[in-house]
Amino acid sequence: MSGLLSVRNLCKSFGALKVTDGIDFDVAPGEIHAIIGPNGAGKTTLIHQLSGALKSDSGTVRFAGEDITRLSMAARVKKGLARSFQITSILEGFTVLENAATAVQARSGSSFRFFTPAASESVLNEAAMAALARVGLAEAAHRRAGDLSHGEKRQLEIALALATDAKLLLLDEPLAGTGHEEGAVLIALMADLKATHTLVLIEHDMDAVFALADTVSALVYGRLIASGTPDAVRADPEVRAAYLGEEG
Amino acid sequence: MKDTDTAPAGARTPRLAGRGALIGALVLFAIFAVLPFAAHAAGDPFFIVTATRIIVFAIAALSLDLILGYGAIVSFGHAAFMGIGAYSVAILATHGIGDVLVQALVAVLASALFALVTGAISLRTKGVYFIMITLAFGQMAYFFMVSLSAYGGDDGLTLYDRSTLFGAPLLDGDIGLYYAALAVLVGAFFLLRAVVASRFGRVLRGTRDNRVRMQAIGFSPYPYQLTAYVLAGAIAGLAGVLLANQTEFVSPAYMTWQRSGELIVMVVLGGMGTLTGAIAGAVGFLMLEEILSSLWVHWHIVFGALLVLIVLYTRGGLAGLAGRVFGGRRR
Ligand SMILES: Nc1ncnc2c1ncn2[C@@H]1O[C@H](COP(=O)(O)OP(=O)(O)OP(=O)(O)O)[C@@H](O)[C@H]1O
Ligand SMILES: [Mg+2]
Repeated sequence: MSGLLSVRNLCKSFGALKVTDGIDFDVAPGEIHAIIGPNGAGKTTLIHQLSGALKSDSGTVRFAGEDITRLSMAARVKKGLARSFQITSILEGFTVLENAATAVQARSGSSFRFFTPAASESVLNEAAMAALARVGLAEAAHRRAGDLSHGEKRQLEIALALATDAKLLLLDEPLAGTGHEEGAVLIALMADLKATHTLVLIEHDMDAVFALADTVSALVYGRLIASGTPDAVRADPEVRAAYLGEEG
Repeated sequence: MKDTDTAPAGARTPRLAGRGALIGALVLFAIFAVLPFAAHAAGDPFFIVTATRIIVFAIAALSLDLILGYGAIVSFGHAAFMGIGAYSVAILATHGIGDVLVQALVAVLASALFALVTGAISLRTKGVYFIMITLAFGQMAYFFMVSLSAYGGDDGLTLYDRSTLFGAPLLDGDIGLYYAALAVLVGAFFLLRAVVASRFGRVLRGTRDNRVRMQAIGFSPYPYQLTAYVLAGAIAGLAGVLLANQTEFVSPAYMTWQRSGELIVMVVLGGMGTLTGAIAGAVGFLMLEEILSSLWVHWHIVFGALLVLIVLYTRGGLAGLAGRVFGGRRR
């Protein structure tokens, strides 16, 4: 059976280095599918390929039954596939609200409008505020995004993906660089998102992964070496050797 | 020293935001409006000629600020659009078409078309390549006019009559031309001010801040940047129409890369991405040039050094400086 997202034989090389090496996996609607793997395993590269930031060498990516392998990043977002970045990528000079409103703008009508001030479009602002409220940034709406704390920036990353009205979120290490408290906020947020969204979650924090995920796939040197329930993957000898063992 | 400015380290270029920039522009416009009277009273009626030239370049700098300041598109061929506008006037005039509306329409269409074709190609490249390609297209336009002997070639083309409006010689007097240029400047300012705050402007500003992020929320920046490039080219073409009338002469020299560089300096000097700064930059640049050149033959040396100092020490150009001097209120 194939899921909401269905990846077949996906490959990507940088020169002689095979970073994505024949990956197959499916993401069922409504699940949190975690992808774990050691540093340099190719997790971010895979997210780049799924989101359209990088062209795949071969293989197919289907989303909601449609082949999206050759679509641009922008076109995939319009289909309902949005991503966040491991290294925070926001519009630093914009306010938090304008960040989210810009994401809403991308999906609501033409942006070839030249005379009405965008900041006063309540349709955009209301949807933006809803996304900000969902991640707990409503209070920060009028601050400059570049002035947010690191944890708040990570929340904004997710708010931007939400504001695109995506069905499936590809989250690349949402906890990256966060402290314990900031991380707890984000884990609670993802648990809440599960009610409304399908999530592909890349994460190093094993506690977070095993608390949140329905399915875990382990990626090592560009190959998926195991995929299944958290308990099954945790028990997998190959995974233990390649990854969990390292963690101690 | 008091450094009450609580702007964080990230906000490196203090911008005269919203209201401050508007007030600054209104003050400049008010000064421009009474300038002919002041010049007359001061017994220097010829100052109006210099002032017209300043306004013409302010219009071009304003248009460059749309792409450079709001789009981070570093075009090194912007003078070509002014040249195309100026040649539209002179070439039409040699064929007996002197009406300014027809000339302006042709100038806008020709410069917009040139911007569309060259922008469509150059915006596919990035960074230094983009700068080099815009420079190359600018030089191409320059050499094309040099080789076009039917219209003066290297020697340029003299405009025997200034443009008319429905047959009326409204621009013949220096005052008439001055106020016509001022009207275009004010119009361009308010047009661009609306544009940068619009949905379109937001996409442009967002792409300047973080192109990949804009793609990740569903935008393809290319058509927006190209549109901005065409709009900027068209406005610079309009500035060229005024320039031809002011100098009553058109030559390929209007299109050189040095001219394009001067326009960039004006925008950077005034403060990028403020619109008001572009106007202030044109005033500052041309006044400085005027004053220094009257003082010393080797004024270029001092001029260059002064520009470097101003840009280095005013952070965000003249607009940034004004923002810090008058910016009791933050942002
Ligand atoms: N653009 C590129 N050019 C060449 N090599 C690259 C490029 N991007 C990534 N790589 C290499 O591909 C491999 C996988 O990188 P990737 O960023 O996908 O790993 P990752 O699993 O996300 O690691 P981390 O856990 O550190 O984020 C690494 O060896 C990396 O050096
Ligand atoms: Mg990574």
